[in-house]
Amino acid sequence: MALEIIESCVNCWACEPLCPSKAIHEAKPHFLIDPDKCTECAGDFEDPQCATICPIEGAILNEDGNAMNPPGSLTGIPLQKLAA
Amino acid sequence: MQLPVINNTATEAPKSGCSAGSCGSTDDQMNHLPEHIRQKVFNHPCYSEEAHHYFARMHVAVAPACNIQCNYCNRKYDCANESRPGVVSELHHPDQAVKKVLAVAATIPQMTVLGIAGPGDPLANPERTFSTFRQLAEQAPDIKLCVSTNGLSLPEHVEELSKHNIDHVTITINCVDPDVGAQIYPWIFWKNKRIKGREAAAILIEQQQKGLEMLVARGILVKVNSVMIPGVNDKHLEEVSKIVKSKGAFLHNVMPLISEAEHGTFYGLTGQRGPTHDELQALQDACAGDMNMMRHCRQCRADAVGLLGEDRGAEFTMDKIEAMEINYPEAMKMRAEVHAAINEELESKRLAKEAKVQLVNIQGLKGSPSPQSSPASGRGSNSEKQLLIPARPVLMAVATKGGGVINEHFGHASEFLIYEASSEGVRFIGHRKTIPYCEGGDTCGDGESALDVTIRELAGCEVVLCSKVGYEPWGPLEAAGIQPNGEHAMEAIEDAVLKVYDEMRVAGKLEPKLDEQQKVA
Repeated sequence: MALEIIESCVNCWACEPLCPSKAIHEAKPHFLIDPDKCTECAGDFEDPQCATICPIEGAILNEDGNAMNPPGSLTGIPLQKLAA
Repeated sequence: MQLPVINNTATEAPKSGCSAGSCGSTDDQMNHLPEHIRQKVFNHPCYSEEAHHYFARMHVAVAPACNIQCNYCNRKYDCANESRPGVVSELHHPDQAVKKVLAVAATIPQMTVLGIAGPGDPLANPERTFSTFRQLAEQAPDIKLCVSTNGLSLPEHVEELSKHNIDHVTITINCVDPDVGAQIYPWIFWKNKRIKGREAAAILIEQQQKGLEMLVARGILVKVNSVMIPGVNDKHLEEVSKIVKSKGAFLHNVMPLISEAEHGTFYGLTGQRGPTHDELQALQDACAGDMNMMRHCRQCRADAVGLLGEDRGAEFTMDKIEAMEINYPEAMKMRAEVHAAINEELESKRLAKEAKVQLVNIQGLKGSPSPQSSPASGRGSNSEKQLLIPARPVLMAVATKGGGVINEHFGHASEFLIYEASSEGVRFIGHRKTIPYCEGGDTCGDGESALDVTIRELAGCEVVLCSKVGYEPWGPLEAAGIQPNGEHAMEAIEDAVLKVYDEMRVAGKLEPKLDEQQKVA
């Protein structure tokens, strides 16, 4: 059970200090989550903290590879506008 | 006819008793402030319209994280050629930032202020922000420190802020009504949860207001920034202005929404337009009845360096700073000398201006407001107005690179300062960005030439004052109803604007336009 940060991450540092298990570290070209440490915040918080503050839709995936914050879910920008 | 220089007064007579000291000119406003506040702002380019011609500031980009989302912001954006909040080229760790500040302050001795403004929210990055402030308070004690925040986590940081060399804080407050806020903020991160909609806006508003009150209670100066979003909060901002003033904010800065589609923001992609120059000015004037207004803001980058309106950031990339040799004690000495010389110049200008106003008053000329006079200063009474020769107000654009004088070539200007001359004097209205005409060629995509862009941006202005204007733009400018004028090079801006206005009056160019006459009747 672990989340993953992918290349659309903009290295904004918002998630790193929030991670209760210190699973997130700065890396190039984008931040990374250590899958051995990540607990998805189980036992610490109701919601996984990194995905809860991340401003970039699609940058954090769950263990099934699906976006924790799907397109349009954070900005409210209609999908057809995002595609354009 | 000799006219005094006035700034920042309301265009129309105040609708209701505008309290003393709240609606004078920028200088006037400074004079009315208690001495300890005046001392805090007189050399702060972001707080004083006059200071911004002389003193420089810089931002260090140490604060990348944000705890809210605004519909006018896109966290993915990073462009070297854009000048607006949230844009940076290089993110710095606090130690690098300190090094950069010391290098810049040694190279640009006019520097008085170091601000942290993002690219995220400085108080959502408290360790990075305060580490930078702590080191600078120690190593560069003559530099003032500033912070700009969305206010969400402000209350918990007020105590720490008051410990450092920080006597100014800017809070961006776009609304005091959660229903309006829900249209501006899609979410906030609050107590380990992402909260959306009206509930999110209500929390943000509550925190902002609480933070404002706490800062004021500690004697920290608070400026409020508001982004004007037509159809969303434009009507509401007058209410915001009243409330923040009643709570003790000392300056309100209403800025236009920036919403180009290519920036990829919610507003950009959904076609939300920004205000026109006229709409912005009308709102600023409406708010000015209640509150000191700021009109010279350039909405600069979170890593801007230099005078407002210029950006010397490219001279100070980390690799260049590493190669610089800085003699810091020497730099601080030089800075003290440069600042003293500027202060002397400003003081003598102030005295000269006062003397001139006195003279005008003694001669008993009409339409000569004294900065020291009654609450309605700046605008004569109706009976006085009727005695004036009818003369409509005129907007003039000025090309300058600082120092309060006309010292920029038309073709090199990347912005113009806009002044309004009227029978009551001269006041600063704002600035308009453009593309330096001499860089020529087509601009981004639409094939519009740089000169066309400038002419469009100067719409409403009847004169453009610069140190020089080439032959080529002369014709198109005149055709657009904008008279180019290169006759006042190196003259003080306000004096030149008055002279030109008087020339227009003598030439009979200031008769009220027909529709205006009808409006008056």
